[in-house]
Amino acid sequence: MGKNLGWINNVLKRIIPLLLVIFGSTLILSLLLQLLPVGLKDLYIAPGDPASIREQLKSLGLDGNAFTFYFHWLNDFIHGNFGYIIFPGGGREPVSNRLATALPISLRLVVYVQIFSLLISVPLGIYTAYRAGRRSDRVISYSLFAAASVPNFVFGLLLAIFVGVQLGWLPPLGYIDPSENLVGHIKTMILPVLSLSIPTIATYSRLLRSDVIATLREDYVTMAASKGLSNRRILFTHVLRPSSTTLFTSAALNMGALIGGTLVIEQIFSIPGLGTEIGIAIFSRQFFALQSYIAIIAVGYVLFNGIIDVVLGFVDPRTRERRNA
Amino acid sequence: MSEKSTEISNKSDAERLQIRKERFALLRRNKAFTIGIAVLGFWTLCAIFGKYVTPFKADEQNFEFVSISPNHTYWFGTDANGQDVFSRVIVGSRLILVMSFAATILGTLAGTSLGLITGYFKGWFDTIVMRLLEAISAIPAIIIALLAIAAIDGKSPTLTVFIIAFVFTPNIARTVRAAVLAEAEFEYVAAAKLRTERTPHILFKEILPNVMPPIIVEFTVRLGYAIFAIATLSFLGAGVEYGSPNWGTQISENWAQIFNNQWWPTAFPAIAIASLAVSVNLISDGLLEVFEI
Repeated sequence: MGKNLGWINNVLKRIIPLLLVIFGSTLILSLLLQLLPVGLKDLYIAPGDPASIREQLKSLGLDGNAFTFYFHWLNDFIHGNFGYIIFPGGGREPVSNRLATALPISLRLVVYVQIFSLLISVPLGIYTAYRAGRRSDRVISYSLFAAASVPNFVFGLLLAIFVGVQLGWLPPLGYIDPSENLVGHIKTMILPVLSLSIPTIATYSRLLRSDVIATLREDYVTMAASKGLSNRRILFTHVLRPSSTTLFTSAALNMGALIGGTLVIEQIFSIPGLGTEIGIAIFSRQFFALQSYIAIIAVGYVLFNGIIDVVLGFVDPRTRERRNA
Repeated sequence: MSEKSTEISNKSDAERLQIRKERFALLRRNKAFTIGIAVLGFWTLCAIFGKYVTPFKADEQNFEFVSISPNHTYWFGTDANGQDVFSRVIVGSRLILVMSFAATILGTLAGTSLGLITGYFKGWFDTIVMRLLEAISAIPAIIIALLAIAAIDGKSPTLTVFIIAFVFTPNIARTVRAAVLAEAEFEYVAAAKLRTERTPHILFKEILPNVMPPIIVEFTVRLGYAIFAIATLSFLGAGVEYGSPNWGTQISENWAQIFNNQWWPTAFPAIAIASLAVSVNLISDGLLEVFEI
């Protein structure tokens, strides 16, 4: 009985701070909106008779103060109403319409980037750690270091210019849905995924490299080597697992940065995803839509972190004990 | 880290000076650091003296030579407005360097003060501030910046600097706070309290000098991110005047030309951004190695 309660306690301990983060970040955003020099009322309320204006104010939650505005939005958001895009003159389009098409595209992009980055960076990290200090490690590590510090949109630009236009190997812009044409989909996604992946791969493999180097110094690795286990066996069964925790954690934390990155990459490659929608919303001042977009990003970010926490518990049971302590 | 700090904390001024000298010597021998400083120094010189030495004026338009590929006269070619790309790249270093340094200095000042205070006093104030900072960092930085800039004043570099400083404050505060938490346990802090020194004295004269290494490293790391952020924002058309010689703006203005096979007006500023970003990261990597944190 006591044991069960302890488990629930642990889950609560982990979930409550995450909920607070979602709550806090959306509240901050909502308060920021109140500080805009152009009032929300001036932007979104179509002129009309007092009754219709009152009606509009009420439906947008603008009839009270900053906090009632926030809770109006929060209530709607929890109930799956993500607000409206409001056109000049008062026409409205539900944000959920836009999300239904844009979100899957961006998610696909981000998932491809994560999978591709991990596939490349895990072997690269292990290899450079295993050869630490040798010439091959130095060459790879310095190139990765340079790659990690270059903004991803610079890679996007250079790839689009040279691979997309000059060489003409891949389409430099556009998006094709996989249900339409799978080969076309892959072709349009290669350059955006590459440009987001290069800095990510560099960061991940550098992290894994330093973790693997630290693990290789542990006594049980020396023990395994002295038992006569092969290097490959030691690296993949004894070293990789305990070394991968930092990598997974930072991969989860990287979700936020990746979504920020898609904002630019989607615009370079004309991909109609969430990043493009956010760009449109910012420049056309659709703040209701923006609030929901950003809340969804915050929820996603927090969810990924929660999931990673659980996954890490399985990968390395030591972290489970450490956290419960 | 903590062992090292005790060491430094208990040493006399002469010994501290010795440590400083040794670190400086190590830095000079560090290849990554030297290359980083050289490249950053080059761009700084360009930012200060660039407009006096470029072969053409940055905003000089020559309609007889529009969209010319790189050659002897126009080293990086000309863009669709007949402007010399080389001159614009050289002069363009100015705005991004000034903005990123200003934003990083502001953010570091704010973050350091916040980190010192929360790390030293702990308690409920610390808990609340830390939770708040965590909430801010759940939103991608570039989105907060873009949102605020678009909402308030789309073309103001000053505003952009303040917003980037604001966005960076949480990360810096967190780094400083962690260092202060460890530092506040040492005897010299307790001794200063016993001497009934005033709190600002303890914070800024006693603790601050001992947490400088992580602050310096964090400064260079943030400087790299600031360059990244400003380049991205100006590429998206936020925070700078349209048409100004500025790498991000140059790229977005000439972007459409790549489909006419004119790669030079975008590729050269893009490479310039990359070189500046890499140089700052090389510097922070060198510092990290020498400070051993």
